[in-house]
Amino acid sequence: MHVGLTRIAALFAAFFVAVVVLSGSAQAAVPSVSAGGSAECALPEATDDDSISILVRICDRRDEPQTPVEGVTTIVEDSSGQVVGEGTTGADGTAIVDLPGTAIDNLGQSFTVRIDEQSLPEDTQPEVLERTVAINLDSDQSVTFPIGAAEGAGSGIGVQAAQLFVGGIVFSVLLAMAALGLSMIFGTTGLTNFSHGELVTFGALAAFAVDQLPGAIRVGGINITVAVAVVAAFVLSGVFGWVNDAGLWRPLRRRGTGVIAMMIVSIGLSIFLRNVYQYLAGAQSRNYSQFSATQPWEIGPILLTPKELIVALVGMAMLVAVTSLLQFTRLGKATRSVADNPALSSATGINVERVINLVWIGGAALAGLAGALLGLTQGFDYQIGFKLLLLIFAATVLGGLGTIWGAIVGAFIIGLLTELSTLLVPAEFKFVSALLVLIIVLLIRPQGLLGRAQRVG
Amino acid sequence: MDFQTILSLSLQSALGPTAVIYALAAIGLNVHFGYTGLLNFGQAGFMMVAGYALVSFPIVLGLSLWLGALAGLLLTVVLALLLGVPTLRLRADYLAIVTIAAAEIIRQSIGAATLSDTFGGQDGLTGFIEPFRALNPYTGSIGIPGLVTWSAFDFWVMTVGWVLVAISCVVIWLLMRSPWGRVLKSIREDEDAVRSLGKNVYSYKMQALMLGGLFGALAGFITALRSASIGPSFFATDVTFFAYTVLLIGGAARVLGPVAGSIIFWFLISGLGIFFAQATGGADPLIPASIMTSTQASLMRFIFLGLGLMLLMIFRPQGIFGDRRELAIDAR
Repeated sequence: MHVGLTRIAALFAAFFVAVVVLSGSAQAAVPSVSAGGSAECALPEATDDDSISILVRICDRRDEPQTPVEGVTTIVEDSSGQVVGEGTTGADGTAIVDLPGTAIDNLGQSFTVRIDEQSLPEDTQPEVLERTVAINLDSDQSVTFPIGAAEGAGSGIGVQAAQLFVGGIVFSVLLAMAALGLSMIFGTTGLTNFSHGELVTFGALAAFAVDQLPGAIRVGGINITVAVAVVAAFVLSGVFGWVNDAGLWRPLRRRGTGVIAMMIVSIGLSIFLRNVYQYLAGAQSRNYSQFSATQPWEIGPILLTPKELIVALVGMAMLVAVTSLLQFTRLGKATRSVADNPALSSATGINVERVINLVWIGGAALAGLAGALLGLTQGFDYQIGFKLLLLIFAATVLGGLGTIWGAIVGAFIIGLLTELSTLLVPAEFKFVSALLVLIIVLLIRPQGLLGRAQRVG
Repeated sequence: MDFQTILSLSLQSALGPTAVIYALAAIGLNVHFGYTGLLNFGQAGFMMVAGYALVSFPIVLGLSLWLGALAGLLLTVVLALLLGVPTLRLRADYLAIVTIAAAEIIRQSIGAATLSDTFGGQDGLTGFIEPFRALNPYTGSIGIPGLVTWSAFDFWVMTVGWVLVAISCVVIWLLMRSPWGRVLKSIREDEDAVRSLGKNVYSYKMQALMLGGLFGALAGFITALRSASIGPSFFATDVTFFAYTVLLIGGAARVLGPVAGSIIFWFLISGLGIFFAQATGGADPLIPASIMTSTQASLMRFIFLGLGLMLLMIFRPQGIFGDRRELAIDAR
């Protein structure tokens, strides 16, 4: 067991170094890619309020650096063609149009942003004069009308699919981390944990709390505040997992509480934690201090932001680390044997409670890291984990509840599916299509893709 | 602190239309979970299908509201079939996950902007209530003056609702003392034993899922009728969780458990809500705004609800009126 612990410590250390190095290099790389363009023609800061604003940006990309286009009238219409707002771009090339009503009123709606051709200066002609924005998140939406932009973006269905595939991979990696935690906890304790989403939210909130501490952390002139916040979220989530297990689940296991009863307890815990989070953090959507508006890299026709790349790489590294830990170390072997048969493992001399406790720490840390990284890519609110919970369930059940590889395979299928399905159906149905696939797979292969068949009834 | 108001408003809520809705939803869950041991976490989905069917008939199809009610009942049976076929042969937690997923599929699809021409998107539908309102025999406000009163319309919804609850309870009482009900209870206790006696467990589970769904449908009807409108936000996942809490407070596998549970649940929830609203409101609040603002105060009841559900399940899983021997909640 001691060997196992040192290895975990080493992995954590390696992970920490990786995060710092990656984020450091990305910070250094960003200005060189955007060639200073972000300074003059940057996206405005998203505002933290209850209403949704549409941020329109018009940039002339033919110049190097890009120049903002001033004095262009932009009109926002709702789906029935009614004008709901107007704005004129300022010196920074952006116009902010506030949508009427609260964020909730506008959720699920789509708006058309049009620019008035008459108000454009001579010889500037954006590729498109109209874009449609679907409001799926309660955060501000930005729309760009590049002039003389790099060709190709959003053209053919192949390019679109490739772009969605990249986004799907990033999401899948995060989903896989959360699903792996859920699956490991289910495997060793039999608990279907409905409060797993709240572990994800905990990570996002913990990172935010660290991020909001006054002062910036710098190493060699590079601001690594967010990187430190993410690592802190990872560690704090692990501690939170230990608290969960030691404070609630272990006593319940000692009492011999049934798994169904524990499942309902976890629902209570989920409602409790979700409201505590809202009590502490409020209902608005938030963003971390850095990475809020970075210029995407153009790799061929595909756009990829540095933070997406970092998130995907960190996530991949973490998945590889955890799976090799489970596959090759004594601790991993012990975990798998407890998942297989706790009584027999106990008889073989494995300290079952200790393994379960470590699984809780690891599972919660993974979920928290997923939450922090998800918050980094798309912002977060107190419900981020709860909204993700069903997809996490879908991923684990699809792959086979309690199996390690199943959770990862399931997460990649669900993650890619949610993104790629937007090629065929409106974006608001992407969760629906993922959940439908779950039900169809259960019809054909009830034990999940990698699960062991076991007949009941 | 005005305890008279707190008591009065809590009573209003404890006996009002909301309590009726949750009593009916929990009666349905009682058939599923209390008697048969099925974990249906998609009761909100059953409610939503029925409620939208009721409303869509007059609004979308231009047919009678009462025909819509019939269609709602039929559709919930169909939904039960669709959900039951893939999951009833699987372990208990699969049904839980699939039903919660199905409820969310239904909610997101009906609430989608793409279908807003038919179902009104996030705004939902209104303007169907006339046939129901026309039957209202009451006028003015009704209740015990000085203690608790309801508007005539609310009281009419309550009358219909509590009559439905009473009929449902009688139906449950008769069914569960019949041989059919005894088979359900034995499926909950030991499925394999029942199977070895030659009973078709799968078919019995399916019937239980349908029957419980029908009570969910009644809850969906009342949801639409009491607010004279319907929208996706009425049927969030938490509705099902609250209905479970209602069931567990009263005691699962007891005929009157859901009814008592709903009255107690809404008495406590409203009482806590109003207490904290009063404690943080006004010129000189009892709790200073630095500790709790009025927005945060509105969350306190849900924090207590979550905590209460956990403690209830840990220390008294049989609820207030339940019998611990009858309900050894556990999966295989």
